[in-house]
Amino acid sequence: MESGKLIVSSSPHQFTAISTPIIMSDVLFALMPACFAGVWFFGLRALGMIAACVGSAVVTEALLQKLCGKPITVSDYSAAVTGLLLALVVPPDLPIWVGVFGSVFSISIAKFTFGGLGHNIFNPALIGRAFLLASWPVFMTKWRWPIQEAPWMPGFDAVTTATPLVLMKHFNVKVPYNMLFFGKVAGTIGETSAIAILLGAAYLMYRGHIGIRIPFSFIGTVVVITALFGQDPLFHVLTGGLLLGAFFMATDYVTSPVTPKGKVAYGIGCGVLVALIRLYGGYPEGVCYAILIMNAATALIERYTLPRKFGEVKKLA
Amino acid sequence: MSFKSEFNKGIINENPAFRMLLGMCPTLAISLAISNGIGMGLAATFVLVGSNVIISALRKVTPGRIRIPIFIVVIATFVTTVDLIMAAFLPDLHEVLGIFIPLIVVNCIIFARAEAFASQRGIIDSLADGLGMGIGWTLALCGLSAIRELLGTGTLLAIPDFGFAGIRIFSQGLAAVMAILPPGGFITLGLLIGLLNLITNRRKTKRQQV
Repeated sequence: MESGKLIVSSSPHQFTAISTPIIMSDVLFALMPACFAGVWFFGLRALGMIAACVGSAVVTEALLQKLCGKPITVSDYSAAVTGLLLALVVPPDLPIWVGVFGSVFSISIAKFTFGGLGHNIFNPALIGRAFLLASWPVFMTKWRWPIQEAPWMPGFDAVTTATPLVLMKHFNVKVPYNMLFFGKVAGTIGETSAIAILLGAAYLMYRGHIGIRIPFSFIGTVVVITALFGQDPLFHVLTGGLLLGAFFMATDYVTSPVTPKGKVAYGIGCGVLVALIRLYGGYPEGVCYAILIMNAATALIERYTLPRKFGEVKKLA
Repeated sequence: MSFKSEFNKGIINENPAFRMLLGMCPTLAISLAISNGIGMGLAATFVLVGSNVIISALRKVTPGRIRIPIFIVVIATFVTTVDLIMAAFLPDLHEVLGIFIPLIVVNCIIFARAEAFASQRGIIDSLADGLGMGIGWTLALCGLSAIRELLGTGTLLAIPDFGFAGIRIFSQGLAAVMAILPPGGFITLGLLIGLLNLITNRRKTKRQQV
């Protein structure tokens, strides 16, 4: 052995070239179909909202980091992803300034005050949405059917209406699957088109950035519970923010567990909460709160699902 | 320590709400409007000054082992006085502050001052301490309430007791309702404490450099 040339270092010993900017730019790319669908269905206004949210998120992060004398890290795209996700979960007719406030809140309160990327307990985009819903409930619950398409009211350009979940919960109207699948329904900018979200999710899975544990246990739980309660599970999967939430929000690296068993537990927890809120809650949709609540439980889940170390022997009771 | 320095310490350096984080429950719960803040702050100031003076005057005849019950009796006397006066003359404010007026009896600020200060110091010092702490808390409540009232309702200085709807800064529809909900209280308080710490730290480092 060549003594003196032995390099002693702590783990990890293996490195890959995958870094935060690569992952985040892939996420941005994966969200493009959903953005495109949003702009297609809700008009250029949706594009304005997306631009405003992304822009204000990036500017907020850069300003705060400059003010506090920290290195400016907007080039890792994480702020842009937060802004984009926020824009995708707000209604298309939301005043732009409200979206900007949400974006600033996401970055400054939900991310920066906790210490920046990697330290935030809660998903910043969802905190932004929860903040907007609590602050401007009137704006945040005004839904519009996509331009030109309102099957029961022909002859109007745009119809203010309820989301499919509200229609089903309170009016017993069921929107057909094909409309839900392509996204010609009322909803937030990015959540309506199932196919666009699935395309993006497939890309992220192909690139290996998200696993199957969280999204599938999440959606699977919703399917099982809604089926058990005599509802139509496919309808519940296709409506609301479930797909967007399960693939893009719940899988956020920072706020979800890292242990394999923990991921499944986390997904199941999200699914149970979504199903409960949808079936029994006061709100028609519960993906946002379900994920935020499970974010809070992440540390606990990790603690109880730590894998055994190599060679560790199970403790005798 | 002089009267002035005993008074001054409660305003910023040992401010009950921002520095010692005492009395958080009423601070967060009632800071929805400036009128609430002033009402609550002055009520607490009255109780603080009164109880501090009496407890200080009785300190030599108070047996150490039963001092807490004695403090409670003294404090409760002043709280009941405030509660009844407010119910008689400011019924709307009394309605809004509700249970938080009787709860001044167990307010940490008043207990802390009684236990840590008034029971060991002279009457004049205790008076100054009570006055400073009370006014410091009133100022903190006013600052917190001003931000929350403005952001949450779009008005400032609404005083229901005088039939005054407040000065409208922007329309109700634009107001961020969350500011007057519990999370708004926590976030505003946290940011204010952070800001105050930032300013004092900057001053400290500057002084050290000089």
